[in-house]
Amino acid sequence: MITIRNVHKSFGSQKVLDGLDLDIPDGKITAIIGPSGEGKSVLLKHLIGLLQPDSGEVEVDGESIVDLRRSELNRIREKFGMLFQNVALFDSMTVFENVAFQLQEKTSLSKGEIRSKVLAALEDVGLKNIENKFPDELSGGMKKRVGLARAVVLNPKIILFDEPTTGLDPIIKRAIHQLIKDTHAKFGFTAVIVSHEIPDIFDVAQNIAMLFRGRILQYGTPEDIKNSDDPAVRQFISGSLDGPIQMI
Amino acid sequence: MVQALGHITIEALRDLGRSGWFLLYSLYMIVRRPGNLVHVLKQLRFIGTKSLFVIVLTAGFTGMVLGLQGYYSLSKFGSEGMLGAAVALSLIRELGPVLAALMVTGRAGSAITAEIGIMRITEQIDALETMALDPFKYLVTPKFIAAMISLPLLCAIFDVIGIYGGWLVGVKLLGVNPGAYFYEMENSVVWRDVYSGFLKSFSFGVIIAWIGCYKGYYAGHGAEGVSKATTESVVLTSVIILVWDYFLTSVLL
Repeated sequence: MITIRNVHKSFGSQKVLDGLDLDIPDGKITAIIGPSGEGKSVLLKHLIGLLQPDSGEVEVDGESIVDLRRSELNRIREKFGMLFQNVALFDSMTVFENVAFQLQEKTSLSKGEIRSKVLAALEDVGLKNIENKFPDELSGGMKKRVGLARAVVLNPKIILFDEPTTGLDPIIKRAIHQLIKDTHAKFGFTAVIVSHEIPDIFDVAQNIAMLFRGRILQYGTPEDIKNSDDPAVRQFISGSLDGPIQMI
Repeated sequence: MVQALGHITIEALRDLGRSGWFLLYSLYMIVRRPGNLVHVLKQLRFIGTKSLFVIVLTAGFTGMVLGLQGYYSLSKFGSEGMLGAAVALSLIRELGPVLAALMVTGRAGSAITAEIGIMRITEQIDALETMALDPFKYLVTPKFIAAMISLPLLCAIFDVIGIYGGWLVGVKLLGVNPGAYFYEMENSVVWRDVYSGFLKSFSFGVIIAWIGCYKGYYAGHGAEGVSKATTESVVLTSVIILVWDYFLTSVLL
């Protein structure tokens, strides 16, 4: 369980999170939706300690991760995997080395065991015979899959997805969403997905939180969000230009 | 106006504190977790071996110009025989460590900043952090160790090539007695000159790795941020090397 209480975060004079509260349940897929520039990725980075709140509390399984020493924070980060918006594969390493990196650094597995685990993780995301390629030789969709393989290879308890389908065509988008659902069903991790993908995300997530003006405007099941009476939620879902969400 | 000045001062102090912390933490990590030998060897190849060509080229011409200028000055006093000592002392005490460091700054220091800066803006450093792996162990410590080993060795090569550059011009072109060239050198250069040169090189290695890694680690946004960080890295490293050289010389003289 991840608990966020009254979190405030500003960058200079720009207030991004303004007293945000959210509970993310174990073993479920929770999506965070909301207009661009509202701080969804900032919120996600707070969950894993890449950003620290100006005030407020972030707890993972009952342990605060605010202002921890690096070693203590790393102990909690062992529970996480993360797929970045731009995937953030190590560009000087091959696909195999990218996925194997954590296994080599954090486990005492033999070379053969690492190899079979990496190939199995790549196969789980539908990739074969690309382990010797470098990230810049892959398409956007393939990079996302490699990123997902790297995120799940150590079977983390929680996986954070930062806009996993941005910039992909509709078919690959659907394939990635299906992949997230399948890997979630297989491994049972807690997933937090930052997404703009309306309506696709309703089929993927079990809970949805709408972030607007630095707070969670509405939280509930996909049905709750679809049937919301809130004008901002309705505008975001319908993609209308008229409503409380203003284009800058 | 006062507010802007205050803001600039606070920012400068914050940057100073952060860079000081960066240096101390890097040195602490070298002792605590020096990292994978393969990473260190890769950096030794990049910072050391790949700088050899530029070092040999610069050293050769520096020695040759010292031979020319030294001969011109010494011949006014009829002391051309002292040319070997003049070339060797200039190189070993001063020009070898400083010029080798400036060459490595231009070649490897800028590349270190660009590499780490690109990893910063493409979230590769964040990815390491989310894996509970300390980026210093993989990105910073190997570069520090490699620079601390490479610089004294490159300086030694610079000194030797430079001395032979001076010999080529002084002895072969201008007719200085070859025996006198090496005899006066042997008479004048003492162990203290040699180790002070190596000590300088070692400290310049620390400076190159420190500023190169620091500027990349805290690079700003986008390509412009990395480009700015790279320029600042080269300029700042060069300036710090020259300033530090003065203070170290005044202590070691």
